[in-house]
Amino acid sequence: MASKLEQENHHHGHDVGERLYLHRHSLVHSLPSHLKIIAAIAFILIVVSTPVTKWLAFVAYFLWLLTVVTIAKIPFSLLFKRSLIEIPFVFFAILMPFFGTGEKVQVGPFDLYREGLIAGSGIVVKGTLGVMTAIILSTSTTAREILRGLERLKLPALMVQIASFMLRYVNVVNDEMERMKVARESRGFEATGIKHWKVLATAAGALFIRSYERGERVHLSMLSRGYEGVLPHDEPPKVQTKVWITAMIYPMVAALIFITQLVIGRM
Amino acid sequence: MTTPSLEIKELAFAYPDGNQALYGVNLSVQKGERVALLGPNGAGKTTLVMHMNGIHPTSHGSIHVAGQLVDSKNKESLKEIRSKVGIVFQDPDDQLFMPTVGEDVAFGPYNMGKRGSELDAIVNEALELVGMLEFKERPPHHLSFGQRRRVAVATVLAMKPEILVLDEPSSNLDPASRRELADILRSLDITMVMVTHDLPYAYELCARSVILKGGVIVADGSTHEILTNSALLSANRLELPVGFSIQ
Repeated sequence: MASKLEQENHHHGHDVGERLYLHRHSLVHSLPSHLKIIAAIAFILIVVSTPVTKWLAFVAYFLWLLTVVTIAKIPFSLLFKRSLIEIPFVFFAILMPFFGTGEKVQVGPFDLYREGLIAGSGIVVKGTLGVMTAIILSTSTTAREILRGLERLKLPALMVQIASFMLRYVNVVNDEMERMKVARESRGFEATGIKHWKVLATAAGALFIRSYERGERVHLSMLSRGYEGVLPHDEPPKVQTKVWITAMIYPMVAALIFITQLVIGRM
Repeated sequence: MTTPSLEIKELAFAYPDGNQALYGVNLSVQKGERVALLGPNGAGKTTLVMHMNGIHPTSHGSIHVAGQLVDSKNKESLKEIRSKVGIVFQDPDDQLFMPTVGEDVAFGPYNMGKRGSELDAIVNEALELVGMLEFKERPPHHLSFGQRRRVAVATVLAMKPEILVLDEPSSNLDPASRRELADILRSLDITMVMVTHDLPYAYELCARSVILKGGVIVADGSTHEILTNSALLSANRLELPVGFSIQ
């Protein structure tokens, strides 16, 4: 099994569909994908239901998350680089303390609104924990395995099919796009400004038509082999209780932190 | 005489936009025969192929595969027909849509109701036939074009078809892959219809050739006879490569 993965990973350099996956031999990598998905979602649910004022709980969540990242052998640099993806989403949350009404607090050189500060930092902190959890999942699981996991979790078959076709053809379409780019540049074209958008838009249109036609051809070839709406899928493997428990440690520790902050809050 | 593998009678077809592609095609292919279907671009070759397994409904005339009528209205019989007629499409990327080679080869037999170890045995056998067993777990886009073409052949062989239909099997292949594929095709004990422009390939693999032009069969005979008739070839926009001659 390990050598098989190795063989696959050997080619991942140019594989658009699997570029998030980082091949390592770790406990996290070895867990079945559907359990990892459940664990990730459970962890995120616990985190978002923690009141943002319990800042100690969030410190604990972060420490625990970083521990799991270490177990998964994911470099911190990669984790932080990839979590930059959340910036466009939390952009407004960062602005929230600057606009608002009510009580103000002095933070360094800034005069901030208290309500906005709490709400904004809540979104940023919870968002970051969520994104990082997703990064652990996507870095330790191939996209193919995530789809298998979703299938085992009874996500509608049509959605899984659409996603797996996307995964299969993203490389084909990407290659096609590259070839078109090379063909454009070979004839002296270089996209430098807005006046070139028309050319790029035409190319995108052509790519769309080509992909659409390919979709029709693929469908024909599926019909030719007796397709009737169901893709083959393997029976889900029997998962041992031990493996279940191992996977659930991730949200369980978060639950412990959650309960602890509740208890401390009461006292 | 035994039942022919493929029996096409007076097949005519017009596209919904009124463009007529076939004007009464008659063709009979005996079991075990290998027939090359030659013809210029736009002759209706692909349209004809699409009729053989009921993708295009027969609007005029009839097609029988191993004695069974191709009837696109009868779902059950269509399913059987599609397991009997294995079409290998020109672009392997259109044919290999599953995440791995093995899963793709399993797709057809799975739809035919095969499961478990039986399915596994069929997949291994088909991949073995085209020499691609060691690539079973690989995603298709990691293979070379020639390898993908061979897997595409395996996906169809796994359905144990009565007749194998290949659309331009030698296109885009380098000389070695072209020869390897020829060796594989020759080793298969199966009725074959090969759509091609590659006349030397037809000569190498098929004893019999037919020429389709303007929606009708204009020539039907031994490949040797047809390829040595230069007037016939040039009338149908077919040419042997420069330097290639048949005695």
